[in-house]
Amino acid sequence: MSRDSASRRFPVIITLIVGLMLTIMPLPDAIEAFRPDWLALLMIFWAMQLPRTWSVGSAWVVGIVLDVSYGTLLGQHALALCVITFATVRFHLLMRVFPLSQLSATIFALLALYQFILFWVNGVAAVSAPSVAYWGPVITGTLIWPFFYIFMSGVRYRSRSGA
Amino acid sequence: MAASRGNNTNPARIPALGLRVLVLMIISIVLMYLDHRQNHLDGIRKGIGAAVYPLQLAVDAPVRLWEWLGDSTTSRNELELELGRLQAERLLTNARLQRLTALEAENARLRALLDARETVRDEVRVAEIMAVDANPYEHNLVIDVGSRDGVYDGQAIVDADGVVGQVIRTGVVTAQAVLISDADHALPVEVNRNGLRTIAVGTGEIDRLDLPFLPNNADIRAGDLLVTSGLGGAFPAGYPVAVVDSVTRIPQEPFADVTATPSAALDQVREVMLIWSAPPVTEAGNETATEIEEADE
Repeated sequence: MSRDSASRRFPVIITLIVGLMLTIMPLPDAIEAFRPDWLALLMIFWAMQLPRTWSVGSAWVVGIVLDVSYGTLLGQHALALCVITFATVRFHLLMRVFPLSQLSATIFALLALYQFILFWVNGVAAVSAPSVAYWGPVITGTLIWPFFYIFMSGVRYRSRSGA
Repeated sequence: MAASRGNNTNPARIPALGLRVLVLMIISIVLMYLDHRQNHLDGIRKGIGAAVYPLQLAVDAPVRLWEWLGDSTTSRNELELELGRLQAERLLTNARLQRLTALEAENARLRALLDARETVRDEVRVAEIMAVDANPYEHNLVIDVGSRDGVYDGQAIVDADGVVGQVIRTGVVTAQAVLISDADHALPVEVNRNGLRTIAVGTGEIDRLDLPFLPNNADIRAGDLLVTSGLGGAFPAGYPVAVVDSVTRIPQEPFADVTATPSAALDQVREVMLIWSAPPVTEAGNETATEIEEADE
């Protein structure tokens, strides 16, 4: 059992580290606002595939690390990631059998919820931000999801057969 | 666990999911409250920040490698050209510096005659900007020095042409700084030509500052140089900030519409200087600086 869970955890942790690097990687100013929320996409994917190992607790820890590297309020991204991971875990069986169009709509809704929570916290804490910073990642995240999903399924399949 | 896996078809079997998410949400909200109201969580921030540092280095490394490659493959011809240019520049700067030394001595003498407080020379240190993007909600940058090097919150950052910003979050080995163009940033400035004092507010656009508190009859015109007035205390006096590029006076409005372009190349700098001014001034001034920023909100 423990060997099994260790072999399941390792590839996920690697993808999360790569996701965090993509998140803090500098981009030109023009497209920076459209950077997808890599960690949100990753947490949705893993919570869909392995909801027993990667659930709200791990999402919260990832969120706190994200808050520290962003310098945002401690708990802001943790709260948002936690909530969308909860929704994903709750409906993971449904999401697994969704056709792509329906799944994309779900991803759009989840990412929008994620950004809405961030927006709401920013509003309460009086942090001003351009509106493109909120809807940009939702759009690119949804558009990129099909490719992301295929790629990640490949990663998952390989890591499994290798283990 | 094995039994529950047998029942994989039932999503409700995941133990106490609702309860866990509720607890985590409450913890998040408490954390955010503590972080927003007080700075009790600096320790946690620094701890996790140090753990993220290797990742930041890893992200920064390819950019550095690319620069290093660029440097080491420059042709001899180009290097010679640049050397010549730098030597000429150095000669010019040195000539100016000679005059400056004399002027500084004269200034000190005159100040002594007037019994005025002598101006303190600021200490500076060069820091490199890491190629790491941080917060999407503000104009900021990450520099490769932290509290280990004596960096403190509120410290002023300048480049060769003018004020860049100030440190807002100090980690152990890195620090985050907010640029003067950030929409939440305001700094006290004065017009170099006539000493008119006002406040320059960031707009969220990297190449524009606003001066919203100038009445219509204020003596200001395009081309005026704005320098830090030192009144906020966070920034030492006399560093160039921006050049006024347009003044629009609308008779019905109480305030003129004045915009300025920052002197520092905010989106191009790679190396910046941190300024340590006299500690007591900074201590007393920090409050004023915060007040100004809050008043602006």
